[in-house]
Amino acid sequence: MSSLLKAQDLVSYIGPYTILQGVTLEVGSGEAVVILGRNGAGKTTFLKTVMGLVNARSGILEFDGETLAGKPTHLIQRRGIGYVPEDYGIFDQLTIEENFRIAMWKEDKETLERRDWVLDLFPDLRIAYKRLSKTLSGGQRQMLSIGRALVNQNKILLIDEPSKGLAPVIIEILAKALQEISKTTTVLLVEQNFALACAVGKRFYIINEGKTVETGTVADLLKDKELQAKHLGI
Amino acid sequence: MGTIVTLIINGLAQGALVFLMASGLSIILGMMGVINFAHGTLFLWGGYSYVWSYYGLRGWVITQTFPEAVPMTSFGAILKIQAVQLPEGAALSFGQELGIFLAALVFAVGVVFLLGFVFERLFIHRVYGNAPAQILITLGVQVVFTDLVRVIWGPNPFPIDRPPFLAGVTALGDARIVHYNVFLIIVGASVALGIHRLLTRSKIGMIIRAGLQSPEHVQAIGIDIKKYFTLVFAAGSALAGLGGALYMPLVGNVVSTAGINNQILAFIVVVIGGLGSFMGSFYGSVFLGLMGVGVALLFPSLSVVANVLIMALVLVFRPDGLFGLAVSKK
Repeated sequence: MSSLLKAQDLVSYIGPYTILQGVTLEVGSGEAVVILGRNGAGKTTFLKTVMGLVNARSGILEFDGETLAGKPTHLIQRRGIGYVPEDYGIFDQLTIEENFRIAMWKEDKETLERRDWVLDLFPDLRIAYKRLSKTLSGGQRQMLSIGRALVNQNKILLIDEPSKGLAPVIIEILAKALQEISKTTTVLLVEQNFALACAVGKRFYIINEGKTVETGTVADLLKDKELQAKHLGI
Repeated sequence: MGTIVTLIINGLAQGALVFLMASGLSIILGMMGVINFAHGTLFLWGGYSYVWSYYGLRGWVITQTFPEAVPMTSFGAILKIQAVQLPEGAALSFGQELGIFLAALVFAVGVVFLLGFVFERLFIHRVYGNAPAQILITLGVQVVFTDLVRVIWGPNPFPIDRPPFLAGVTALGDARIVHYNVFLIIVGASVALGIHRLLTRSKIGMIIRAGLQSPEHVQAIGIDIKKYFTLVFAAGSALAGLGGALYMPLVGNVVSTAGINNQILAFIVVVIGGLGSFMGSFYGSVFLGLMGVGVALLFPSLSVVANVLIMALVLVFRPDGLFGLAVSKK
């Protein structure tokens, strides 16, 4: 399995604050990897650093063999990195259809087929396709955010806390959808909901105070109650 | 009744002009967060570029058509504005007059589009997210480029006629319909409709609407938002330029203080209409235009303070604009 995303001793700042103080992780092509950790550990900042929304100060950050450091966000995304931010990143003044269209690199047959696959995955979006996004529920907004990141032929999907603020029944739907997505797309998921993380990921990294502190398989983590208690407070 | 019809048309014409300036200002402020105090200068450059090219082109066409025509007094400094008088009893054809008018408008809009492009690339893009720096830099640009107008075209006001085919007045009962005012209303409404369609039906429009809410998220879906910032700034400038070009024949003279005076009105419209809302600036302009003539009729002594008063009231009681159309940032 070839390495798709690689971070080594990654350090980044937001204003005067050092948030990442040495994150090291690797995601192989076709993998489903989860990043776990407590609130404020630096998980979201890591994804933002990958996307160029927060500048990396030192360390290595590579995607598909090329460095991402210093590249503008739109070019990073165009290399094939789909990003689902924590706050969904949905444009309220646009309809669902427009949210899809604006994200499409091109509106060719292949892209439209992928959009149709997304609409099959999230039927709610098909029903409300012409509606303004500001009228959607939290779950629908999350579906739109994930779906929008899937309309292009991305090589990896970065998903930030998809379960945040959602009802258990919606999280269940999302978990099934993410399992389906991870069959065809490399996924890097940041998640605090342990059950969802374990349902989707095969490997995990735990970040604590801006550093990678543990890694392994999700199967092993499920058995290791001590590790869960130490870093995840479970 | 006739007086009311006349006033409504005058108010709508005034609103159309302010709209051309305010719509660009509102979108630039809403999307890019730039408080552009140089917008009045762009309006001014539109006016002067129009007058200069209109007189120049018209003089050339007159001398080509009537070699016996004689030049009149010229205005200006480095660039002279040279009018040529038509021989007695002679006239240019409607086609010639229309062509001169449209060419001068296109020239003026083009000049100001380029100026806007240069402003954004040279100055504005360095100060995104830094409001104090934006205010200082755009005020500086306002002062320098307004003075440049005086250096290039001279400090004194000079007259400009309306194109002959728009210069008339029609009496409808008691109402006196000024043709140029009707023309301004048509231009304002057409621009509003055209841009509204662009914003709601095209991909560029989607990107601009999305950028009004969150430029960061637009970048995160693979779009180079900075390119659109430049485009929007230049296009907003061009609209101000068009406003300036159409304003000068309305008031009948060209004066270098026109920019700052109209800029104040445009800022009031942005507040009334709701920050970042294109349709808000349209409604706000119509409101301000009609309110202006109404106040001038009923309370002439309040005509200056009424606009500022309404802005203050909106800021205090309806910060999302009179029509609640402000675009919320995320």
